[in-house]
Amino acid sequence: MIAPSAYLLLSAVLFGIGVVGVVARKNVLIILMSVELMLNGVNVAFVAAGSYLGDAAGGVFAFMVMTVAAAEAAVGLALLIALYRLKETIDITELKVLKW
Amino acid sequence: MVNGILDYLWLVPALPLLGVVLNGAVALFAERPLLLKEAGLPLPGGHGAHGHDSSHGTGHGDSHGEHHEAPAYRKLVAFIAPAVVGAAFVVALLCVLSLASRPADGRTFVQVLFPWIQAGSLLVPAALQLDPLSSVMALVVTGVGFLIHVYSVGYMSHERAFARYFVYLNLFMFAMLTLVLANNYLLMFVGWEGVGLCSYLLIGFWYEKRSASDAGKKAFIANRIGDFGVLLAMFLVFWTFGSLTYTEVFARVPLLRESGVLTTGLATAITLLLFLGATGKSAQIPLYVWLPDAMEGPTPVSALIHAATMVTAGVYMVARSSALFLLAPDTMMVVAVIGAVTAIFSATIGICQTDIKRVLAYSTVSQLGYMFLACGVGAFTAAIFHLMTHAFFKALLFLGSGSVIHALSGEQDMRKMGGLKKYVPVTFATMFAATLAIAGIPGFSGFFSKDEILWQSFSSPHGSPVLWGIGALAAGITAFYMFRLVYLTFFGESRMDPEVEKHAHESPWTMTVPLTILAVLSVAGGWVGIPAVLGGSNLFEHWLAPVFHPVAAAGAHGAAAAGAAEGAVHHSATLEIGLMALSVAIALCGIGLAYFLYRVRTGKPAEIAKKWPTLYDVVYHKYYIDEFYEWAVIRRIVNISTGLWQMFDALFIDGIVNGAAGLVRAAGDRVRRLQGGVVGGYAFSLLAGAVLLVGYILYRSVVQ
Amino acid sequence: METVLFILFGAIAVCGAIMVVTRKHPMASALYLILTLFAVAALFVLRQAHFLAAVQVIVYAGAVVVLFVFVIMLINVPENRLPVERATTMRVLGVLAAGIFILESAVLSRRFWMPKGPAMAVGTVETVGRALFTDYLLAFEITSVLLLAAVIGAIALAKRKI
Repeated sequence: MIAPSAYLLLSAVLFGIGVVGVVARKNVLIILMSVELMLNGVNVAFVAAGSYLGDAAGGVFAFMVMTVAAAEAAVGLALLIALYRLKETIDITELKVLKW
Repeated sequence: MVNGILDYLWLVPALPLLGVVLNGAVALFAERPLLLKEAGLPLPGGHGAHGHDSSHGTGHGDSHGEHHEAPAYRKLVAFIAPAVVGAAFVVALLCVLSLASRPADGRTFVQVLFPWIQAGSLLVPAALQLDPLSSVMALVVTGVGFLIHVYSVGYMSHERAFARYFVYLNLFMFAMLTLVLANNYLLMFVGWEGVGLCSYLLIGFWYEKRSASDAGKKAFIANRIGDFGVLLAMFLVFWTFGSLTYTEVFARVPLLRESGVLTTGLATAITLLLFLGATGKSAQIPLYVWLPDAMEGPTPVSALIHAATMVTAGVYMVARSSALFLLAPDTMMVVAVIGAVTAIFSATIGICQTDIKRVLAYSTVSQLGYMFLACGVGAFTAAIFHLMTHAFFKALLFLGSGSVIHALSGEQDMRKMGGLKKYVPVTFATMFAATLAIAGIPGFSGFFSKDEILWQSFSSPHGSPVLWGIGALAAGITAFYMFRLVYLTFFGESRMDPEVEKHAHESPWTMTVPLTILAVLSVAGGWVGIPAVLGGSNLFEHWLAPVFHPVAAAGAHGAAAAGAAEGAVHHSATLEIGLMALSVAIALCGIGLAYFLYRVRTGKPAEIAKKWPTLYDVVYHKYYIDEFYEWAVIRRIVNISTGLWQMFDALFIDGIVNGAAGLVRAAGDRVRRLQGGVVGGYAFSLLAGAVLLVGYILYRSVVQ
Repeated sequence: METVLFILFGAIAVCGAIMVVTRKHPMASALYLILTLFAVAALFVLRQAHFLAAVQVIVYAGAVVVLFVFVIMLINVPENRLPVERATTMRVLGVLAAGIFILESAVLSRRFWMPKGPAMAVGTVETVGRALFTDYLLAFEITSVLLLAAVIGAIALAKRKI
């Protein structure tokens, strides 16, 4: 029997790698994929906690996260396309008009 | 209907209020649009130029030209305004007669109109009280007020803001009747403030004239100082007695006196504060300075408000609170001394004034000083008696001077009068009667009241020969300057401008009839109070006795108060008659001196002025009191205000406000850099927040 | 056996994730992402979450990553115009912070107290379906609104002219 903390550790590591991707990369596509990684890391924690606690909520939450991830990917990629048309770049540091 | 006509007492103040509403509607909806339309046209001078009192007034003949085009609403106003006051007088008279038919100890009628303020233990009803004291006041106010309303119809006939004038005048009547008929201090204070407001409005009636609006402000501010005292006194009264209603307060005096709650010090504080209010309203030292300037208002206003009624409110209040004043001998002394000093002080100023109305103004201040002298020696009856007779003859003097000014197209300088006897015979005759009355010639009303005061100031336990001496001297000076006024105005050679002299004419009947009635009252008004020593029955004193003596006798100083009434017993009748003769002699000396200086040796006054230039200068400039106040008070206040504005307002307050804005700006300038617009930056701060949060949770779990 | 599988798939997931964030070209990242997702799906199976594992493969690997690949090919950024990664202060700090975050979470997860209740298969069709259509019905229905909004938003954003 694997200890629950092993799953949580794995979850944290996946989430952390995703965070590194979001913070450290410039490529918007990779950033979006890193976000997916983060969400996956969270899902691992949800499923593991749910099964160890015997609570169906874990599964349901993971399900909801997947839904949100799908929606996020769709909208995020649409934004990316729109931006690319406008700016001809996928470098996130170029996209800094959002300031005063 | 147990009370009969007394149940309609509320009509007395309500009728003038009705006049305010009706005339106010006329003034707002008929007169104001008309005046505004006229103001659009190039009219030189505006309507201020049409008042007789305005020194720059246009020729009288010119203003006559406008008379025929008087709009119809003027007739309505000219009817309503005096009619409501006349009706109020009739109701008041019937009420007083009904009251007089009651036994002497039952002559206090209270009519509760509605509960006004109910807050905790503070219960103040809107209630009217008719007793001998307030009935005298109500009759004087409505009676003289009615005559002056009638007079005003004639006097103000060339005035453009005709309806506005009568609105103010009716409002004044309402406020004054509220003041005298109120059954508690708070309602009285409402009237007190109301008359102050009307006084302000009417002094500044010709507000386009700078000096008039300034005089209005001066009066208002001087009165505010006094009102402050009244307010504090009211707080103290409520704190001490738990009530503001006259009957309850005075009924609780003996009990609280015995239990030691009402100490002499407390009574002194209350009465001194009340007296501070009285000095403001009744123009006594040190707050008298506003009254002479109040002559900027129309002359009937000077007669009604600044001579006959409003300025006597202070005397009325002191008399009304006599039960409290008698408990505070120190206050009594202050009142007597201030009264006496004011009497002689302003009388001397009156000697040198050249403006006919200002002479009368200083005379009013002086006569009010007499009334306070009487109050101060415990002779409240004498004070009210003099208040009444003074209302008659001083109103007459003012209206007479108004008639003179009217005849001379607005000329107020006595140096430009003279020989008017033949132009305005009725005015001359009536004014001469009033002058005899104020000078204290035996048989005229002023003689009885003034002599009563002088006798009381000599014989009463609070009095002293010194007070009598000052009073008698002031009486002599009064006789002198009044006859100086009469001689300069009506006798001798004409010193008028020829242009003015051509138009000199007697006033219309609306003005002469009130003059005549007031003349009759000035002569006969004193006959209700002929003292016993001259074979009279002194009806007036008996009428007022239930107000002053029972409450006084109940106080701890009752003996002293009773002494005021019984003072005559301790002194012989011979002494009384002797003093009377002496004061008459002094008055005759004053008249003789005036005759000598202004009829026989007309060059002498100028000589005297040259001989003692400093003295003349000081008196002519009213002892430089205005200048002294300007220097000692106003300049200080202005300096402090300027200092506060520059130091506190500009530096401190603005500093806080601007500083706050500057801080936000500076902070924004720094914080702005956080919003770099780079997405990575936002992500990083998000991460940093998450790290810190998780770190905190970790820390908490470790600590536990 | 279970431990071996956990370590195996966990290692694959972590390695795949590292490859995702370190590849220069997004297409490589996308392919490694599929690897990670499959490994996570296998981990779900280890926890008896068969349904979620299936959804993970179908929705994530099947739909989301295909969408990524599709977009990558659509915009087709030339190799030389891909953003040049440079180590700025903020990036280094970010990586450090992420490391701290992982450490913190690791320490916290060790303190995770878990009751020894009946280990239950929470990710099966039956349990998820029962929970979704009873206790979480409202949330489930609102999810449909979220997806609708995402669809409309994506169309509105990506379309040249509406």
